[in-house]
Amino acid sequence: MARYALGRVGQALIVIWLAYTVVFLSVQLLPSDPVTIFLSADAAPDPAVVAAMQAQYGYDQPLIVQYLGQLAGLFVGDFGYALSAGQTVVERIGGVIGSTLELAGWAFVFAVVLSFVLVSVASLVKVRWVRAVLEALPPLFSSVPVFWVGLIALQVLSFQLGVMSIFPDGSFLSLTVPVVLLGAYVSAPIAQVLFKAIEQTYAQPFVDVLRAKGASETRIFFAHILKNSVAPAFTVMAMAVGALLAGSVITETVFSRSGLGQIVLQGVTAQDIPLVQGLVLITATAFVVFNLIVDLLHPLLDPRVLKAHPAAAGRTR
Amino acid sequence: MALGIVEDVVAHQPGPTAGPAAGPHDANDLEPARARRRRRVDWALLLSGLPLLLILGFAFFPGVFTSQDPLNGIATQVMQGPSGEHWFGTDHLGRDVFARVVYGTSQTFLTAGLAVLVGLVVGSALGLASATLGRWVDPVIMRLIDVLLAIPSFLIALIIVTASEPGPISLGIGVGIGSIATFARLTRTEVMRIRALDYVEAAHLNGGNAWSVARRHVVPNAAGQILSLLVVDFGVAILAISSLGFLGFGAPPPTPEWGLIIAEGRQYLGAAWWMTTLPGLVIVLTVVLLGIFGRCVQKQLRF
Repeated sequence: MARYALGRVGQALIVIWLAYTVVFLSVQLLPSDPVTIFLSADAAPDPAVVAAMQAQYGYDQPLIVQYLGQLAGLFVGDFGYALSAGQTVVERIGGVIGSTLELAGWAFVFAVVLSFVLVSVASLVKVRWVRAVLEALPPLFSSVPVFWVGLIALQVLSFQLGVMSIFPDGSFLSLTVPVVLLGAYVSAPIAQVLFKAIEQTYAQPFVDVLRAKGASETRIFFAHILKNSVAPAFTVMAMAVGALLAGSVITETVFSRSGLGQIVLQGVTAQDIPLVQGLVLITATAFVVFNLIVDLLHPLLDPRVLKAHPAAAGRTR
Repeated sequence: MALGIVEDVVAHQPGPTAGPAAGPHDANDLEPARARRRRRVDWALLLSGLPLLLILGFAFFPGVFTSQDPLNGIATQVMQGPSGEHWFGTDHLGRDVFARVVYGTSQTFLTAGLAVLVGLVVGSALGLASATLGRWVDPVIMRLIDVLLAIPSFLIALIIVTASEPGPISLGIGVGIGSIATFARLTRTEVMRIRALDYVEAAHLNGGNAWSVARRHVVPNAAGQILSLLVVDFGVAILAISSLGFLGFGAPPPTPEWGLIIAEGRQYLGAAWWMTTLPGLVIVLTVVLLGIFGRCVQKQLRF
């Protein structure tokens, strides 16, 4: 176990380091440096200002110094300066992340609950068409643009029924509606994986043995099938971080919430590369950490992981 | 994205469910599976394929489907609801919304096509190299794929768009880079699965060298699954591109583009529901149909 855990932690660190390197290198491929690109958003930047800003933020130093300096910064949580905000990236993001975490956190909880409810009902209901409808829902959820459903919800609830304000006012609906929409979108891959895993578990011989022994279908499902099928779902849940972030950005824009969405819009329109780069690195780190947690919990859920292939376990992602 | 991952995660679970899924030709069916399928009409394939053909027609011959002008509005017909003359109503400038959707199809499809092309070419090349060259190449490429997976494709697109100017080309390339990982992993899995089959070994024993076996046996057989991913990924790309277009990172106005059309309608949400609802419906329909069509293609081409 200790060896497996150490291996997974090492792999996670390597991925974060590589992600940083890839982002750093791709920024170097640009025709000029972040400061020049940022200032070129204005008409004709003053060369003296460009040079002064380059010196201030360290973009005039040799590449290797920049690379190692920024890398060292990552370990102490320093992601550089947001050019368009006059703040460090961490300050800029830290200022609004609470609102995004509130939305994304509840949406994630809702997504998990929704996918388990969907799958449980679909597996236990004997009516064929009900089951077919429930199974068709997740692919539908992942095909419907979040911004479109959001706009329709605003239209109906705010303009026609008048029960929700257009701007977030802290009321129950102004948080619930975005949470439900984002959650439904995020639940799609989780539910799809659960459906598939449960189908495969039902095909195993032990289910026939249980039926022959007289266990009820409800008992078989909750005590045996579900228990043997959740492991893949946990893996997808960790991967939902990306969908949660992208979905949050869009949901926040639609519902005029403050949060990372604002930062993204600001960063891209102002061509503020350090800000977007910082956002990418923070998200990548969050993604890797979540996956690491799931990988470390995986052997507890399914001890076969350790036995099967200790080295290749990383491939399950 | 989601669909590809679903396949992958389940297939990689250790335990009795692992290993290639038992093929359709297991027990006593002596008739080749392909012949059996050929006799049955796949209604889902047909019912999803025909409307898609229609939407594809929008992209190539927009003039056939609408006689209205997508760019120049009629000042006397501002913000009118859907009618026989204007199926999707008109917008704040008196432009026909249906015409904008029809003419916007090619913009959205071209950007999505660029994205899929980038994902397919780079992804399958990486996957093929990873599966065939083995040794140190495989772990290096797989770690690279891990990195691509660790950065949400949405953010990859954003960083590309930030670094270059916002616009359809940078958007398409950005979204495409985000889908490289999915293509690479599917190609690698498929190539490895096919290379382990008996007939490939037989081809080797018959004296075929690595290149000719790959070209004549492995690649054609792996192509089917990759093709179906292509269809599904096209839908995913449309979704991503219209979302980013909605945020304003795609084609600049007044170009008709699906996401942009909805973003323009957002200002008139209370007054003109048709400006957002109906174009969105076309996006949903297209993506859902592509998803169904892709899965049908996958079923047809699996062997």
